Amino acid sequence: MADVISIEALQKGGTAGSGCGTKGGSGKSSCGSAAGAGDLPPEIWEKVKNHPCYSEEAHHHFARMHVAVAPACNIQCHYCNRKYDCANESRPGVVSEKLTPEMAALKVAAVASAIPQMTVLGIAGPGDPLANPEKTFETFERVAKLAPDIKLCLSTNGLALPDHVDTISRFNVDHVTITINMVDPEVGAKIYPWVYFKHKRYRGVEAARILSERQLLGLEMLTERGILCKVNSVMIPGVNDEHLVEVNRAVKSRGAFLHNIMPLISEPEHGTYFGLNGQRGPTAQELKRLQDRCSGEMNMMRHCRQCRADAVGLLGEDRSAEFSTAALAGKEVAYNAEARQAYQAVVEQERAARRSAKEEVIKETMATSAGQAGDLAILVAVATKGGGRINQHFGHAKEFQVYEVSAAGARFVGHRRVDLYCQGGYGEEEALDGVTKAIADCTAVLVAKIGHCPQEQLQQAGIEAVTAYAFEYIETAALRYFQGYVERLATGEVVHGTGRDALIRQGAYMAS
Amino acid sequence: MAYKIVAANCTGCSACEPECPNDAIYETKNGLFAIDADKCTQCEGYFDEPQCASVCPIDDTCIPA
Repeated sequence: MADVISIEALQKGGTAGSGCGTKGGSGKSSCGSAAGAGDLPPEIWEKVKNHPCYSEEAHHHFARMHVAVAPACNIQCHYCNRKYDCANESRPGVVSEKLTPEMAALKVAAVASAIPQMTVLGIAGPGDPLANPEKTFETFERVAKLAPDIKLCLSTNGLALPDHVDTISRFNVDHVTITINMVDPEVGAKIYPWVYFKHKRYRGVEAARILSERQLLGLEMLTERGILCKVNSVMIPGVNDEHLVEVNRAVKSRGAFLHNIMPLISEPEHGTYFGLNGQRGPTAQELKRLQDRCSGEMNMMRHCRQCRADAVGLLGEDRSAEFSTAALAGKEVAYNAEARQAYQAVVEQERAARRSAKEEVIKETMATSAGQAGDLAILVAVATKGGGRINQHFGHAKEFQVYEVSAAGARFVGHRRVDLYCQGGYGEEEALDGVTKAIADCTAVLVAKIGHCPQEQLQQAGIEAVTAYAFEYIETAALRYFQGYVERLATGEVVHGTGRDALIRQGAYMAS
Repeated sequence: MAYKIVAANCTGCSACEPECPNDAIYETKNGLFAIDADKCTQCEGYFDEPQCASVCPIDDTCIPA
């Protein structure tokens, strides 16, 4: 079982676990804007600060869950195949069991009571929530009664959105995500084979035109009503990668709060049209370059983990199996609001401490290293299981978070999924090779602990494994590392490597 | 004339059920969907094309019986 970070561990930094063979910590994760309290209007910050999918900062502390009450869909996408569900599979559009709204509300209350970090309920499928409006809104209604402090959100393809905006507003759903992959129907025809609209199946360019008009109309209607909108876009190299810059402008001008450009998942074994036809996903650097091009225009989300429609837990981990219908059968659920408030109070303190530590180290870095560093920026990978600290053993990490560090600060730019390297003695060489490829564009990896052998192998790949900052705040540690790196560059002790890229790993998170 | 649902292809997504103008589609005990042939009119008199086949995400699943 993956652990959500405890209050104690959050305050003290916790322990890293002890090497291979012991029970590991959780994979960490993320979804949202990098902006913190100082960068957003206060009313917006209040809305997003505890939402892991809308605030990168919040994703270090808070968890979300999805309930799979919406199986039907009204469009077909070339990156989706509805026939596939494997327990070790992690991607949107896929779930292990369908839930009725009543079962879903009980599950939410049970999870919220067991995991005080859980602040958000999303309905994201496995089809489209608004192609199942009765089930979706009944679920929201029941959850609002049972667990009134949980934020409600939904994620839609947008086709039916204009018909439901007023209902969304009435149910106090204050975060809506729309997946918009194009604003040009000619591009859309390469992504969507058909849509089902007003009792008719439309195909090709006509289908994409209808979808695009409905998406943009729905977005405008939501933002007019003050509902925060995130736009998700799937980056499909050669199909819409260049075009997403135009999408970014179009959604920004209609009031979208956040843009989340995600890499295409197209493993052939998923059986999608793109997967079967050899359409590749982007590399890590291709994705980052596109996100960077769009980041001048609006907030970019880079911490999305593309989770399943029934995911439970911090982004990047999935505890859904603990809360299956079978596991919950016959259990009494006492809703524990106090524990939740206590956790959130601790997070507020931690948040303030982390922020002031970060501001201090930025000042220090500007003073000591800015002259020597010039416009040097390096990528640093970190192993964390939450709380914004470097608190995970290298071998237990299911993913690494990547920060771009310069004299001006440390900025979260993405995450890299990796196989669980420490899995008890077999296949370790291969797994380590996978980790190395996933963070090959990073200068260093900051961890709580690491074994001697992997440290040497990483060194050979040009990646420095560093334990000196165990349990420190991520940004503080990354900047301190950067200061030392600049000094060593000046003395010729290290040589800066450039032009490296990394693979985006696809497929399942391994069960731990 | 009626349509049927090929059980081996059905994912149980339920998209077809509310679209049927004849209430001919029902959920089976294993969570899949089936068409009552006595009620199905292939949507004649209602729509240009059978709605179950139009909305079904899997090709060749809602087909003439």
